[in-house]
Parts: sequence; C-alpha cells; structure tokens
Amino acid sequence: MKNNGKKLASIITAAALTLSTSTLAFADDTFRTLDEIKDSGEINIGVFSDKSPFGYVDENGDYQGYDVYFANRIGEDLGVKVNFVSTEAASRIEYLQTGKVDIILANFTVTDERAEEVDFALPYMSVSLGVISPKDAEVDSLDDWDPDQQMIVISGTTAETYMVENYPDIPLQKYDTYANAKNALENGNGAAWVNDNTEVIAYAAANPDFVVGIPKLGDQDTIAPAVTRGNDTLLDWINNEIVSLGKENFFHADYEATLTDTYGADFEDQLVIEGGQAGGKAEAATEGSTEG
Amino acid sequence: MNLGLEVLLKGSNMLRLLQGLWVALKISLIAVAISIPIGLVLGILMTFHSRVLHVILQIYLQIVRIMPQLVLLFIVYFGTTRLFGINLTGEVSAVIVFVFWGAAEMMDLVRGAVSSIPKHQYESAGALGMTKKQTYQYVILPQAVRRLVPLSINLVTRMVKTTSLITMIGVVEVLKVAQQIIEANRMSSPNAAFGIYLVVFILYFLACWPISLVARHLEKKWAVN
Repeated sequence: MKNNGKKLASIITAAALTLSTSTLAFADDTFRTLDEIKDSGEINIGVFSDKSPFGYVDENGDYQGYDVYFANRIGEDLGVKVNFVSTEAASRIEYLQTGKVDIILANFTVTDERAEEVDFALPYMSVSLGVISPKDAEVDSLDDWDPDQQMIVISGTTAETYMVENYPDIPLQKYDTYANAKNALENGNGAAWVNDNTEVIAYAAANPDFVVGIPKLGDQDTIAPAVTRGNDTLLDWINNEIVSLGKENFFHADYEATLTDTYGADFEDQLVIEGGQAGGKAEAATEGSTEG
Repeated sequence: MNLGLEVLLKGSNMLRLLQGLWVALKISLIAVAISIPIGLVLGILMTFHSRVLHVILQIYLQIVRIMPQLVLLFIVYFGTTRLFGINLTGEVSAVIVFVFWGAAEMMDLVRGAVSSIPKHQYESAGALGMTKKQTYQYVILPQAVRRLVPLSINLVTRMVKTTSLITMIGVVEVLKVAQQIIEANRMSSPNAAFGIYLVVFILYFLACWPISLVARHLEKKWAVN
C-alpha cells in the first residue's frame, strides 16, 4: 500500500517536473549527426500529411507533394530510406528540438522567431502577398487607387496588417473567413482581393474569370528545410545539396511535377527558389538577385 | 446531392480509413485493459480510511481532471525525450496517457460504486464471520461491479473518441486519414469533406455501439432484483 503510494507520488512528481521544464530551452544534443543518419540507414523527415499540394498522402497511402518530392531526393542522395513523420503546424519546432525528426520539410516559413529555435537551411520556395481581381477589371498596381473602390481582405491575416501599414488610404472590406472573402470577390463587392499569393494564384488557376494582377506584394517570405539547432553536419549537407540541385534546376522539376496542377505554369519563377537563391532559374541567378 | 463518396473507392482509401480506425481502437482498448485493473485497485484503496493515501490519490485524480488530454500527450511524447532522452513512439505515449487518465477516472468510479454499497452489507458479512478480504471478494465487489458497468462503458467510449487527439503526436488514426483523403482530393472532389466525415461518424458509431450493447446485456444479466 505504502509502496503504491510512493510509486504514484513519483509518477506525479515526474509529470510535474516534465511540465515545468518542458518550456525551458534545453541545450540538447538530441539530434543525430550526418554520419549517424547514414549509419542508421534511415532518415526521419517531418512533413505535412494533409496539406496538398506540399505534403499529402495519395489514395495508395504514399506521401506526395512539393516537400515530399524534395525529401525523397534527399533520401536518395544520402543513400538512406526516408521515414516520413506526419507533423502538425504547431508541433514542428518541438519535433526538431526533441530530435524526433532529423529534418522538417513541412512548408516551414522562415521567421526570426523560429530561427532562434531551429536552424534553417537555404530556402527552396518564396511566398508573399498577391492581389487577384476580375479579368475584365484587372488591378495590376496599388498606386492611384480609386478611393470609391474597396479592397477585400481577411481579418487578422498578414495581408490586412500589410495594407493598413503601407496603403492606409485604400478602403478595406474585411471578412472573417476565406469563404466569405471569396464570395465577396465573386459578387463584385470589392475591386480586388489581397491574400497570400499561393492562395490567390491557386484560386485564379481554378477560376479563369479572375487574374492575379500583382503576384508579389510586400515582404518576401521564404520556405526552407529546418534541422535541430546546432546540427551543423546535416545543415551543411542540406545547403550543399540545395546548391548542387540548383544546377539541374531540381526545384523547377519539382514544381512541374507537384504544383503545376494547383498554381499553373505561369507562376513557377515567382514561387520557386533554385539553388537557395531567389529570382528564377539558377543560371539566371546573378549576384545580388537574392531577395528578402 | 453528391457526397463525394466515390473518393473512398479510389486506390486503397477505404482500407486506409479502416486501418486508421483500427489504430484508434487498438490504442484505446489496450489502454482500457490496463487501466481497469489499476483503477479497481486504486479505487478500493481510496475507500480505505487512510488520510495520506486519500490525499495522494486525490491529487492524482485532480491532475488528470485539470489537465487537458492534449497537454498530457505532449508532456509524455516530447517531455520524456527532453528530460530523460527516452524516445517513445506516438503509440506508446498515447497508451501511457490514456492509462494515466483512464486509471484515475476508473478509480473514482470504483470509489463511488464501493461507497454506495450500504454499510449493513459490511456489517452482515462481518457478522457471518467473513474476513475483510472475503467481504470484499464475495459481498462488496460483486455488487460494486454491477453499478460500475454503465459508468465504465461511458469511459471506454469517451476514450475511443478522444483518440482523435493523438494525431497531434504523429499517430495517424481514422480522423487524420479522413483529413488526408479530403485534402488530397481537394481539387477533384471539393465537396468530399461532408461525405467522408459522415463515413467517419458511422465508423465511430460502429466501433462504440457493440461496446454499449455488451454493457446493456451485462446490466440486464446482473440486474439486482
């Protein structure tokens, strides 16, 4: 009886301890180095399993998508089997910090805050805001805005913040949900709709009556692989891999295999970053062309 | 109305959904099988009049009640790795959390059922010369278990449903498979979400209904006349 109580108490203490320390950043050596990964013959890569077309599972139960295409190539070039781990947006950092995956390739946008928690490799995709409008009244510039016209925006998004800060004179028409904003655009309640450029490009690809007049607006965000902080051997290998893949225009091939259906061929160079440098194909990437 | 159910006929989608259901059921059934005996023992201990034991068990129960299951899952899955370097799989972490939770709930149910047995039952058993062990074994527990059945079935079905959270620690169960199928067919069948969630609803129902049937059967069979 006493023994039982003790055991229980120790379980509770352990749980409480875990709780209190799990928020602290540990100087951890939980990650596996490049050699350890090679020796084990397997690499654990965290991807989305329900974010088509970046990471999803097809009808045969196989992982597919832009991120997965790259992950498979990493496995091939390392000579190891890729073990895909289904991650959620909220737990991506935790997976790396506990070493439960070696790499996160889950549409991971590079931010300063995240860069303090994990190490980002070179980017392989670029996203920003975009503006979509009806084909017969295309909006291709935000200068000289007709003050009688309104811009559709979803409340609480980066698009709203950007418009308020940079174009305070443009009247905004705010909606809470994607569906409502979409209806507003279709019904002509506003002159144009500003949102993530991947969203508006995909929308225009599916609805030929609309056109993306401004495919890149505001700050460029990049999407990059991430590894556990301090895992330099793996980070260097990925960076070299991205640079050398640039020579064969790998990410363009990736785009054509996985993203063309959603975004169309027109925006390939806007979205793809080849060889770790923004601005189109690797051959064309001259010094100083790196954006954002 | 097109429910998009044709999506389930593509490739091995329906099989994947069933496999997902099996993952959810397996984890909850293993957890139930482990937590019922632990809960029984702890519940009986709770009815003993030991203050120290009572306080400890109450703290345990309250921790389980207060903490959302999702937090427990994160603590066990990521916390054990951070603190002790033990790399538990998502499935094992899920079983640990469900046992931790199930045993506490079970303990409280047992405590309730045992304390609901009238005092004269103990006294009559004592008058017949039964030892404490015999009293529990032959008089108190058989009656308590009958009162326990409907309550514990409720707990089991709650556990089955709560498995939908374990996708957060990387375990792909039925709901996650459903989301994967919906998302993979977002372009070709944009309306598939409703139909597929409906199928998931039916699958959960088919999984939980037999459990309720068994419970009803036992309740009738053991009914005190």
